[in-house]
Amino acid sequence: MTHAPPALRIAHVSHSYGARQALDDVSFCVERGRFAVLLGLNGAGKSTLFALVTRLYATRDGAIEIFGCDVARESSEALRRVGVVFQARTLDLELSVVQNLVYHAALHGVGGTEAKRRAEAALQRAGLAGRAHDKTRNLSGGQMRRVEIARALLHEPRLLLLDEPTVGLDIKARAEILAHVRDLVDREGLAVLWTTHLIDEVKESDAVVILHEGKTLAIGTAAAIIASSGAQNIGEAFERLTGVETANGGVG
Amino acid sequence: MTLPPAPHPNPLPDANRGFPVCASDAEVGNSRLPSGERENVRDGFTARQYAICLHGVVWREALRFLHQRERFVSALVRPLVWLFIFAAGFRQVLGVSIIPPYETYVLYEVYITPGLMAMIQLFNGMQSSLSMVYDREMGNMRTLLVSPFPRWFLLAAKLLAGVAVSVLQVYAYLVIAWLWDIEPPTPAGYVAVLPALILAGLMFGALGMLLSSLIRQLENFAGVMNFVIFPMFFASSALYPLWRVKESGPWLYWVCLANPFTHAVELIRFAFHQKIAWDSLAVTAGFTSVFLIAAILAYDPAKGMFMRKGG
Repeated sequence: MTHAPPALRIAHVSHSYGARQALDDVSFCVERGRFAVLLGLNGAGKSTLFALVTRLYATRDGAIEIFGCDVARESSEALRRVGVVFQARTLDLELSVVQNLVYHAALHGVGGTEAKRRAEAALQRAGLAGRAHDKTRNLSGGQMRRVEIARALLHEPRLLLLDEPTVGLDIKARAEILAHVRDLVDREGLAVLWTTHLIDEVKESDAVVILHEGKTLAIGTAAAIIASSGAQNIGEAFERLTGVETANGGVG
Repeated sequence: MTLPPAPHPNPLPDANRGFPVCASDAEVGNSRLPSGERENVRDGFTARQYAICLHGVVWREALRFLHQRERFVSALVRPLVWLFIFAAGFRQVLGVSIIPPYETYVLYEVYITPGLMAMIQLFNGMQSSLSMVYDREMGNMRTLLVSPFPRWFLLAAKLLAGVAVSVLQVYAYLVIAWLWDIEPPTPAGYVAVLPALILAGLMFGALGMLLSSLIRQLENFAGVMNFVIFPMFFASSALYPLWRVKESGPWLYWVCLANPFTHAVELIRFAFHQKIAWDSLAVTAGFTSVFLIAAILAYDPAKGMFMRKGG
């Protein structure tokens, strides 16, 4: 019935660094309100795709749209609809948690009392209300990630991109972050693109894109990918599709 | 590079149908929907929002600077070494006659103070610009660049934030210089010099950004010191008045005169004495505009990625 554009649409995107092709005709979409996993080894092209979606690099071949807004032509409109959590830590460690959030609000043109109100609400939602005035340096790795997620949602985007968000976290923190983001999808209808090389983060009902050496090898729900590749689980499906041996849950 | 054969060259055509990761892209590229069908369309930003963004960027930079005591101290030590050691040693050797804007004979310490103020800004501008270019894929620059404001505005805001930090450093230096009896003729000089510092700081920041975008060899700060900071500093009116340079060699005089740093120093020197050096103002403003526009055009994050790791 409705023809509302998807949260994220990647259409025929290619990108190369000199002679090296990092992405080769990649196309997929992330529907609204879905948890989608971009699964691939290190070097598969995930980071390049991420850099293109966030306008760090100009998209030269193909098109990327966020809720129908072209990232190249309407970058301002596209970027205000997306929240981003980068793989590297991007908080200012010597500033307080709330100062970090207020800075981010300013980057979206939100200032003054409204910024403070949103920052407090975001920390409440992340379960970190008591830490607002702590120095960020004193938070644990998992708490920092939660702050980064809260920060990415401050400007109320409907799409959240996370680049390997669980790298460097212990098992417990990893599970908590994953559960937290899944909860955001279930309860608030957020669309999420979760980039990872860790197969155990994939649920059968998730939408999955398998990226390997710059090409998409499979697109669909995890269950459908498993079924059509005749595998027992997503790890095995990944091995069959990529021809890469994986060991104990991780593919990278 | 050889690709291993993909086991499913055209994988799972059925898996996609009706599934949430849609593979159909038939309409993409020319699927521009009428804006009425897009959600929360708010076009552009208001002037107030631009101001909030600029304020946020500058405020963060200042806050970070105040938290980094070591950076603050080391930024002060350099000019103070020049002031207390170099100037003290040279006051006997170099006599400075009465030249504008000075109305009396001045001590050598007084003469080189504007040059040292500019040097603080030059170091700071080069340092922060270098990190803007070489850390562009890293945390803080990426957080900045993913903001929906136009990129030119974000880069300019970041440059101004660096200028704000350099201005704080200059005033900290002036406090110590004041204890040494180096001060403007009236306290108003402290205010009058502020616009000059902002313009000079912006020029150095933009120059640093342009150079580090264009010249790959400037990747580390030692390169910048050797090839940018030292030549600019020494071939200028910072340490000796240009008429003295002219006596020793006309070609060096012309080099000094063409050096943007000379004009920044003179602009600051005159402003500190509540005068305006119109020619230096024009030259500094001109260089600032050119550097700024070129630096923003040359800023290409993809280039750095390609140059450094090719992947």
